[in-house]
Amino acid sequence: MRFELTDEQTGFAAAIDKLLSSSDASAVARAWSVDDTGPGLALWKQLAGLGVNALLTEEAQGGAGAEPIDMVVGFEQLGRHAVPGPWVESAVFLPVALGSDEAVGALAAGGIGTVCAPPHVPYALDADVAEQVYVVVDGVMRGATTGARHRSVDPTRRLFEVVSTSSTTGGQPTTGGQPTTDRAFDLAVLATSAQLLGCGERLLADSVSYVKQRKQFGREIGSYQAIKHHLADVRIALDFARPLIQGAALTIDSPDRARDVSAAKVAVAEAAYLAARTGLQVHGAIGYTAEFDLSLWITKVRALVAAWGTPAYHRGRVLAALTGER
Amino acid sequence: MNLDFSEAELAFQTQARNWLKANVPAEPLPSMDTAVGFRAHQDWEARLTDARYSVVSWPEEYHGRGASLIEWVIFEEEYYRAGAPGRVSQNGIFLLAPIIFEHGTREQQDRYLPTMASGEKIWAQAWSEPEAGSDLASIRSTATRDDERGGWLLNGQKTWSSRATFAHCGFGLFRSDPSAERHNGLTYFLFPLDSAGITVRPIAQLDGEAGFAEIFFEDVFVPDADVLGAPGDGWRVAMSTAGNERGLSLRSPGRFCAAADRLVELWKERGADHPESWDGVVDAWVKAQAYRLYTWGTVTRLADGGEMGAAGSVNKVFWSELDISLHETALDLLGPESEVESTWTDGYLFSLAGPIYAGTNEIQRNIVAERILGLPREPKVVQKMVQR
Repeated sequence: MRFELTDEQTGFAAAIDKLLSSSDASAVARAWSVDDTGPGLALWKQLAGLGVNALLTEEAQGGAGAEPIDMVVGFEQLGRHAVPGPWVESAVFLPVALGSDEAVGALAAGGIGTVCAPPHVPYALDADVAEQVYVVVDGVMRGATTGARHRSVDPTRRLFEVVSTSSTTGGQPTTGGQPTTDRAFDLAVLATSAQLLGCGERLLADSVSYVKQRKQFGREIGSYQAIKHHLADVRIALDFARPLIQGAALTIDSPDRARDVSAAKVAVAEAAYLAARTGLQVHGAIGYTAEFDLSLWITKVRALVAAWGTPAYHRGRVLAALTGER
Repeated sequence: MNLDFSEAELAFQTQARNWLKANVPAEPLPSMDTAVGFRAHQDWEARLTDARYSVVSWPEEYHGRGASLIEWVIFEEEYYRAGAPGRVSQNGIFLLAPIIFEHGTREQQDRYLPTMASGEKIWAQAWSEPEAGSDLASIRSTATRDDERGGWLLNGQKTWSSRATFAHCGFGLFRSDPSAERHNGLTYFLFPLDSAGITVRPIAQLDGEAGFAEIFFEDVFVPDADVLGAPGDGWRVAMSTAGNERGLSLRSPGRFCAAADRLVELWKERGADHPESWDGVVDAWVKAQAYRLYTWGTVTRLADGGEMGAAGSVNKVFWSELDISLHETALDLLGPESEVESTWTDGYLFSLAGPIYAGTNEIQRNIVAERILGLPREPKVVQKMVQR
């Protein structure tokens, strides 16, 4: 029993953090939201250089063959820096769901893919910049063409309808011979959970910095208990969401996979949402402006709370597992 | 990173599970805060001791097994899963013992620990005073030097002392240097509750039972041999207790995991009548699971030589609120019958005290904000106004 990241894993997180901290990731996200995707695509290539895209791909297919916990470590940093783009799709869902070595190898090398997986993922993220676009129909991966565009509450999430083309391109056979994308879906939920954790940590860190320097009534507002207790509650909520995410990464190939992944998503969605609401409240009006970067995470959290399964859906899966109604 | 137990740990788990299955009383014992129940709980402690399960992590010479921290958590999970009785010796074995191991002399360890482990001597804490609750450093009870007899005379009043009604001994802080202020000049004393000059007045809790008491001290003599740590160093000595109480030792995850599992069982029986409670059931289970995994992280860090520190405050707020919401959900599921006395109503009333004892959750949030998040303390001028 050893429930703590290894030095290698914390080093991997630090390397991504260092790259993103020096990349003006907020400006990249803002550009992305107005369809200026150039800076985002450049950052995508830099992250691919660190191996983020190849984590879950088998070595035989040109990937790193890393563990889900390594992916969680990486995706927390993507959330922390609000990195735009179809990361969950390209680096997590598709490498696991696709059968084709060629397609998976291209993604591991830094290619861009996206997917629509109804009902929980009704739109394909950033389909206009993706080389590979798919839709999941009855557990089967199908190629797709890009349709109408929709705006997300998070402007950096560019949503597209897609239309299935007829060719079947993948899906993993189960013991019963039916194709399924269940494991890929659960890993995508886990990756989204890790992004939410990173968003929550960033919101808390920025809020703490702000209340330490903002003065009202002659002293830092962070010295008032009304502010302190709000932020302490965020720290507590995030501290207890993190082990659920890490634990779910360890049980991804056990019968408890769906239960543990859903429990993690439920807890971290609540914690990150609390971080967003609290962060906005302690910032006051400045936090409500588009100009101030805090809004990047406030809107992203709201979108991710419902992405890859709403809290109600995931609570339902936990309950079904606990009562034996799988 | 892994959650796998070793062969030896799995063997220990099986052994503990089997012993508990064969030995845990079929019927719940009467409340430990009644004379009969107190005695019954002491008898249970004696049985645990005979099987060397009362203090598994202590050294063998003090009735322990020298078990690792991991094995201790495993034992606790099994203990609560088996529905075993609450620990009447809790304040001694979990709060005082770590201090005696850290600050006590060898002679004190040999004298206090064996009877504490066996439940022969039950210990009560004596921290709060009528004018010193959350602001513990403002205590006024005094210790004056008695050089002739080689010891101290205790005077004053302690209150909210859990278990003190029936307990044999007490431990707490007294002001030994009247010229010193707040955290300075305090000394940590151990004393028998039947000492000359001590009066214990039971206080009925909201469930009607005398779960705590007031303790009055009138020239109570305590020899130097019963001072824990150096005179005047009591605050530092006591704070290691506070860390223990808030953190790992007072509330092991097994308690909440077992309660959450029982809640799921209740849902299976009653859920059809109260479908609106489903998300409360899920949230209680998810939080208990979070607490369990969080604890494994803490255990890993402590095993690596890390310290609990202010993380104990993060812990305390979380489990105390989880305990209440879990029981509230159970009562919701019981519907109109929820007011009928049951293990759920007992557990609910017990849980209500959680956010208050061991440092209120407001104090814990201050600690999280100041020591973990690094937010500024209240300015001194405001603190002085509050004191007046």
